[in-house]
Amino acid sequence: MHEMSLMTSVLETADETARKSGAKSITRISLTVGVMSDVLSDALEFAFEVLSPESPYADGAELVITQVTPRSRCQVCGLEFDHDRFHRSCPSCQALATELLAGRELFIESIEVENGD
Amino acid sequence: MEIKLSEPILEYNDRLAEENRALLAEKKVYMLDLMASPGAGKTSTILATIDALREQFSIAVIEGDIASDVDAQKIKAIGLPAVQINTGGGCHLEAAMIARALEALDLDGLDLIIVENVGNLVCPTDFDLGENAKVMILSVPEGDDKTLKYPGIFEVSQAVVLNKIDTLPVFNFDCRRFEDSVQALNHRAPIFPISALTKEGLDSWTSWLAKEVSGVVG
Repeated sequence: MHEMSLMTSVLETADETARKSGAKSITRISLTVGVMSDVLSDALEFAFEVLSPESPYADGAELVITQVTPRSRCQVCGLEFDHDRFHRSCPSCQALATELLAGRELFIESIEVENGD
Repeated sequence: MEIKLSEPILEYNDRLAEENRALLAEKKVYMLDLMASPGAGKTSTILATIDALREQFSIAVIEGDIASDVDAQKIKAIGLPAVQINTGGGCHLEAAMIARALEALDLDGLDLIIVENVGNLVCPTDFDLGENAKVMILSVPEGDDKTLKYPGIFEVSQAVVLNKIDTLPVFNFDCRRFEDSVQALNHRAPIFPISALTKEGLDSWTSWLAKEVSGVVG
């Protein structure tokens, strides 16, 4: 994957949001990452360590990553079920026709900022 | 103070992709994002596809490569417009690069743009370019287990082309196992076994694409 470029994008968004809100610094960045996105938390954390000291606001901030377990609905029998990255067929009727409901998220959920005053 | 964002990390790319999509829809141009590993036969499949469809549609090609313009030269040699994008080390194309390439093409005179993405089975998967469809090519020598090793690209593709079927006699490639595993990842995607070299199977692939393009061009 391309966690370095993803983190560059995260920091740009976070810095821009902090600047607009008149904050002094960012103390925490919270991300939501679905398991099906193939984005590695370890690689995101490494990218954050390397890139955040260059950020005007996020140097010293904490990175929180929430992983989302994949969930699908069977289009044959209607069952909703959690599953891992690689096995998405219906555990009840074995159908392959399933629809992914959650697990491909790649979101900046929120940032926590400290104000100047 | 907490600031809620709930913003896609690739929001910037996604926004530019939507702009590309809107521009192409306005001009009634269909854009195909063709993805595969290096050497799977992207350029030869594009050349064979052009050969089959150039009477019916006005076609241009956007070539994405880390370096060189050898692919764009091959397209220009058969008399079609081609734009080369060099990513300079980048492992995939992004919507901003496509936006610049679209500026270099006469969209009013086009029906179909084929984008040849950088050879890679991983990164192009996540980047919306504003295309109408993503299609991937796997070639027989790569092996029937690539569905298991690179599931993401099979999941996002609207169709899967299996190229180099003329080499099936010399490779231990189980077509049935491949088709079953594609189905397990993406039950909607049709699979087109072809040989860009001998043209075997090419008709069903180009007919599918022609129908897709006609739906947009009218």
